[in-house]
Amino acid sequence: MAAERKEAYFERFTRLNRTLHIVMIVSFLSLALTGMTLKFSYTGWARVLARLFGGFESAGYVHRMAAVLMIITFATHVVDLVRRKSREYGSWRALLFGRDTMLFTKKDLSDFVGSVKWFLGKGPRPQYGRWTYWEKFDYFAVFWGMMVIGSTGLMLWFPELFTRVAPGWFINVATIIHSDEALLAVGFIFTVHFFNTHLRPEKFPMDLVIFTGRMSLEEFKEDKPAEYEYLVSRGELEKHLVEPYPPIVLRAIRAFGFTALTIGFMVVIWIIYAMLFAYR
Amino acid sequence: MRPIPIFWALAVAAALLTGGAHAQENSECLDCHEDRELTGTRNGRTISVYVDVKRLKNSIHADVDCIQCHADLEGKELPHDDDLKPVACGSCHEDIEALHASSLHGQAIARGDPLAPRCQNCHGGHDVVRVKDPKSPVAPLRVPFLCGKCHQEGATVQRQRTIHQDHILENFSESIHGEGLLRKGLIVAPNCASCHTAHSIRKHTDPLSSIARANIAKTCTQCHAEIEAVHRKVIKGELWEKQAHTLPACVDCHQPHKVRKVFYDQGMADSDCMRCHSDPALKASKDGRSLAVNADDVSHSRHAKVACSQCHTGVSASRVRACETITQKVDCSSCHAEVGQVYQTSMHGQLVAKKDPNGPTCKECHGTHAVLGKTDRASATFPTNVPRLCASCHREGEKAAKRYKGTQHDIIEHYTESIHGKGLMKSGLTVTAMCTNCHTAHGVLPKKDPASSVNPKNIPETCGKCHYGIEEMFEKSIHATAVGKTKEPLPVCSDCHSAHTIRRTDETGFKLDIMSKCGRCHEKIAETYFDTYHGKVSQLGYTKTAKCYDCHGAHDILPADDPKSHLSRANVLQTCQKCHAGATRRFAGYLTHATHHDPKKYPFLFYTFWGMTSLLIVTFIVGGLHTILWFPRALQMRRARDRAERAAEDAAEGGAEGRPEGTPESGGAGAPGEAAEPKPKPKEEGESDGR
Repeated sequence: MAAERKEAYFERFTRLNRTLHIVMIVSFLSLALTGMTLKFSYTGWARVLARLFGGFESAGYVHRMAAVLMIITFATHVVDLVRRKSREYGSWRALLFGRDTMLFTKKDLSDFVGSVKWFLGKGPRPQYGRWTYWEKFDYFAVFWGMMVIGSTGLMLWFPELFTRVAPGWFINVATIIHSDEALLAVGFIFTVHFFNTHLRPEKFPMDLVIFTGRMSLEEFKEDKPAEYEYLVSRGELEKHLVEPYPPIVLRAIRAFGFTALTIGFMVVIWIIYAMLFAYR
Repeated sequence: MRPIPIFWALAVAAALLTGGAHAQENSECLDCHEDRELTGTRNGRTISVYVDVKRLKNSIHADVDCIQCHADLEGKELPHDDDLKPVACGSCHEDIEALHASSLHGQAIARGDPLAPRCQNCHGGHDVVRVKDPKSPVAPLRVPFLCGKCHQEGATVQRQRTIHQDHILENFSESIHGEGLLRKGLIVAPNCASCHTAHSIRKHTDPLSSIARANIAKTCTQCHAEIEAVHRKVIKGELWEKQAHTLPACVDCHQPHKVRKVFYDQGMADSDCMRCHSDPALKASKDGRSLAVNADDVSHSRHAKVACSQCHTGVSASRVRACETITQKVDCSSCHAEVGQVYQTSMHGQLVAKKDPNGPTCKECHGTHAVLGKTDRASATFPTNVPRLCASCHREGEKAAKRYKGTQHDIIEHYTESIHGKGLMKSGLTVTAMCTNCHTAHGVLPKKDPASSVNPKNIPETCGKCHYGIEEMFEKSIHATAVGKTKEPLPVCSDCHSAHTIRRTDETGFKLDIMSKCGRCHEKIAETYFDTYHGKVSQLGYTKTAKCYDCHGAHDILPADDPKSHLSRANVLQTCQKCHAGATRRFAGYLTHATHHDPKKYPFLFYTFWGMTSLLIVTFIVGGLHTILWFPRALQMRRARDRAERAAEDAAEGGAEGRPEGTPESGGAGAPGEAAEPKPKPKEEGESDGR
């Protein structure tokens, strides 16, 4: 049986990617909690949270440290990309336009159209590849968000430095962009992303693959049929098969995942409450 | 020619030596004038020209030659003619002569008034003695009689000349002055001349007169030195000094010749009162309240030197019980006139005037016989005791608090917790503001009364009594009525600092509270402040961020276009640098009250906000729709998978091999559901085969 299971698991994410995702969760949740505390400072929740973080100064410190962590995560990913380019793909071209690309392709467009048709009951479920279009969207949303939130965040962190060049009202503009883009990121991650990856009934309550990096072959086959087919046809599936984690590790991972999910949902509820009932 | 001068010289010498000695020796004069029968004529009337030698010898002029006074007899043959010239005392007493000449008496002489008194009419003729000599007609004790010769009722002068006073002598003799002089023989007691002077007697309308209105006080204070210091402030219900430090003419109250003493009549001394009132069992027959007076209370009180009858007026010394004629309650304002007047205008005084039983009189706060000064620690009006004193009526539930309809409640409790209350009660600083410092002690009025010390109009001045520097700053600020010039109500100290709950301004609570205080009037601008980082941090309850007063100033607040404002072009950078040390002029361009709701004022912010918001809305609509549409399909897939799993489980149970345990993900090797595509089927089989 153990041997059976060993072979049944497909490794989807590298160890580094998984680690980066965990670090990003920690960083993102910290940023979201401390940032929303300030954004929705007029709600009672914000006061409680600010108190929990040890006051606004220490909350601000946490926010900035989490931001540094996020930047490090981003930098590590970019460095990893460069490394993998040379190790695994040989060229940027292979990385960016090959089969594993994160860039949007024609297949993504047809998959999207196919998906909508499927949703409306007018066609079969598209044969999703390694990265579906919504996964690519999530990936680039983070790219975009990091640029926008990160740059404006730095302006707000060092206003005295930036106003040596930019006029003072830039800081006001930066505040709006930073805060609204953060609202977008938080809102999107904690609702759409959560649903798409964890809450949709096939995965409910949580898809552990991002933490374990591995999924059962059945699941893989069902989820990413095109990729499965491709690997089988190339006879490369065996290369990606790994042993599953022991139950204790899974439990720990599940505990972490649920904590993150819970925090995320609470933030969403808080945001909805703040926007609907206390907005000013 | 020569013998002639020699002859004359001899003749003069002879005349001086022999002739003088012969004709004008005093003894020569007395040869004739010693005769009691000797008469002469003056102005056609026969008069006695007898000179009493004995009296002449005893007179002050004993050694003066007759001719020194009767100068017109010098060198005259004896016996001389009648109708001598009047004696000229002025030949020796020049100064006095001059005074007399300009006096009423002197003027009468000059007019030829036969009733006009000459020197000898007062001082006597040949028998003139020293003023200090008791036998002198001008000795203090005899002056009234001397003056009375002409000025008493019925005398020719009194009848025929214009004298405005009547019964002068009678009145004088009954006055306290007359009593002292005539009955008690006090020669220091004033006689006529003490007030009117001896020689310079003038009408009271003459500005030079000692009894001219302007000079009366000076005249009286010759003896009654500093009478104003000990004088009671109110006499017969009227203020004595109508103008401060300007003495009225004494005679306005004390009639010139009728001066009477007022207090300390016999039978009214404190000891007389205490004969009865020291009895602790003494009770009023009417209502049974105790009438006992503890002598110790009085002797240790502020009024230790005040006699009973000074407060308990209306006593009659002639009665056995002097107090039985008392009809009035003690009126403290008979001495404490100014305080009394202020009190009358106060809420307390008004209540008492309306006979409201709740109205406190003097004694409610100051006590009665044991009254102590406010600097005495034991006094109820000692600073640290005042809050308790006021609380006895103004504490919640007490009579004053019950009738109060305003907004201030639990004032005593609040005050005790306030910075002033803590200063006074906990730190024991007696200079700290307590009730009466703000509300005044005697002029307490409700806030809405324009005369009240706590009326908004007067509050800066009231607080400024202690916080002078702040008031000075405030009066120059835009919030001061003189500067603000607006019909809108301007804030005063209490609008920001409150009345009874005044806190330390470095307390977090106060710092945060103050923003809502500014926001009460500056509604819009406060709202926009809370849209900025500064506002949001302070809203979270932290003070280490710019609050209204950090930028605008507190008491010296001025509009930004005022060069003295903290936000003026010249000062704004410095203001920012208080917190942002590295701030530049561009940094100061940060919009501290920016709002993204105003496209005209802040178009950049407005369009940025709406740009971002559109992005959000579009993203959420697309993402949300995608998710919602997905949901039914995903549910379908899940159900299919679950069914497949159950089928596989059933199959495994039916089979010989043990059923798979634990991980549900690992299961599901059974037949695919209806949703399964034809393509994956063989692979699934293949995989199962591989397993």
